[in-house]
Amino acid sequence: MTATADHLTTAPNMPSPDDFYEALIDAHQDLTTEQSHAFNARLVLLLANHIGSLPVLREALAAAREH
Amino acid sequence: MKLNDLASAGAQQIDYQQVVFDYALHADQRAAAPVRHPVVVVGAGPIGLALAIDLAQQQVPVVLLDNDHRLSTGSRAICFSKRSLEIFDRLGCGERMTAKGVSWKLGRVFLQGEQVYEFDLLPEEGHQRPAFVNLQQYYVEGFLAERAAELPLIDVRWKNTVTGVEPQGDHVLLTIETPDGPYRLQADWVAACDGSRSAVRRLIGQESTGRVFKDRFLIADVKMDVAFPAERWFWFDPAFHPGQSVLLHMQPDGVWRIDFQLGWQADPEEEKKPEKIVPRVRAMLDASPFKGTEFTLEWASVYTFACQRMASFRHGRVLFAGDSAHGVSPFGARGANSGLQDAENLAWKLAAVLRDEAPDALLDSYAREREMAADENIRNSTRSTDFITPKSEASRLFRDAVLHLARRHDFARRLVNSGRLSVPATLHDSVLNTPDADAFEGAMVPGAVAADAPVAEGWLLRGLGGTRFAALVFGSGEAAGRSAQALAGADRPIEVLRVPLDAAHALAARRYDAREGTTYLLRPDQHVCARWRAPTAEAVRAAFDRALARA
Repeated sequence: MTATADHLTTAPNMPSPDDFYEALIDAHQDLTTEQSHAFNARLVLLLANHIGSLPVLREALAAAREH
Repeated sequence: MKLNDLASAGAQQIDYQQVVFDYALHADQRAAAPVRHPVVVVGAGPIGLALAIDLAQQQVPVVLLDNDHRLSTGSRAICFSKRSLEIFDRLGCGERMTAKGVSWKLGRVFLQGEQVYEFDLLPEEGHQRPAFVNLQQYYVEGFLAERAAELPLIDVRWKNTVTGVEPQGDHVLLTIETPDGPYRLQADWVAACDGSRSAVRRLIGQESTGRVFKDRFLIADVKMDVAFPAERWFWFDPAFHPGQSVLLHMQPDGVWRIDFQLGWQADPEEEKKPEKIVPRVRAMLDASPFKGTEFTLEWASVYTFACQRMASFRHGRVLFAGDSAHGVSPFGARGANSGLQDAENLAWKLAAVLRDEAPDALLDSYAREREMAADENIRNSTRSTDFITPKSEASRLFRDAVLHLARRHDFARRLVNSGRLSVPATLHDSVLNTPDADAFEGAMVPGAVAADAPVAEGWLLRGLGGTRFAALVFGSGEAAGRSAQALAGADRPIEVLRVPLDAAHALAARRYDAREGTTYLLRPDQHVCARWRAPTAEAVRAAFDRALARA
């Protein structure tokens, strides 16, 4: 799939993936499972708004369902 | 009393919930053979009354049957939209509705006592009617009934219950039960406006299907003397009613509507008891600045709802309008408001078919246009319901996440859905529309309801008459003159309204993206069906014929 504004980018796109992953796990520190779920929900909404494009978001939803 | 007594009592203060109309034996009941009528409307609720008035204004005689002999009991539908008020204007009772109703446009949403969001439903000036008025259904029915009483072409028959509906090719044979026994009528057309449990629908073997929501809500109308503003207040998970939602609306006469979400497990009979309701209202008031205020309970009801519709709103010579055809959740005020749009869509089409100005295919367009509108209303009200009453853990998780983010982030406020309030459907794909050949900006696309705007003589929509096709011609120079000539040359009955391009009409020009000569063709229900920068007589004629399904 090509990385255009209307398509989901699944090719590597992060300059430092390990830094991101560490930050993600750190952000959940000291949260109960319930709080982590709520955190994730807020995170999804914030990122979804940042992306903005409904076709891209639909592809992301479909890709996440595939597992 | 008789319907006419209601008209003459107009100036006095009437308690519409107490009005009882007399059943009267009609000559048709003694006729040797069933008497034929062009239109029989079944159900004298708001939709049936509106349809009957609209038809009578277009010189179509109407028999209006009702199985009861009273107006609405309880406030029921209370939010009437700007479009409904514009329809009432066409029907001759918009001023009364607006004057009596509580006008509002601001909504506030609270999460656990803190405001997270507010919205303004009519952020721009230059409309005669407000975004909404709150008005008890018994007033709406009362004012419509008084208007109907002024129209001799309306023949209302109380305590006339339809028990048989037999399609007969060129008419429908109705069997009607009355206190004097049954009789039969022939109708060219039957309009079933007989509500969500429509007898006509059942009698022709049809049903309304969709999604039933497993939740219960309590409506409590209370009378009290408090200075809440005329706004729509919606609470998610307030401390006074934890885990559920509450909605507050102001009605006329110092009556307040409070909707409490109860959950599916609530016992409807128990919850209707004053000893259960009073503490709920008390808790709400005591959490407000009006702690300790006295109130009296006016009316209460516990309800559930479904989002559903009939597969087709037309079955031969039987047409369905309002709740008989479709049902929505109450969030968004899309029930009565969409039913009134059904009625106005149907009225001019029935009148045109009865006058032989259009083939009966025009009535198929009624069904398709309003089915599409019903889908839009169902989609909106289902989404609101899913937000207000999440049906899964994940759904609740995201709902709560939206509400929490909404405190700080504007984008999340756009996701908060406590009801997307009724706006008229734009009939984008209607076969009656003539697609644009010229470039236009803005919202007045073919299929849209014509937007109101101030004009020198008052208001644009009020200048349209309301029972015939109309054309707006913008400008007063040569190009506008040629457009007016094209309209005259089309040789079709079109009322022409000239709108000069001057300072007094700047808002109209902007809303219609108008230039010198720009011309809009409007249907009798004030929907745009065609528009041009410089029309020809042929183009106007073709568009007019297309809008009557003659093409």
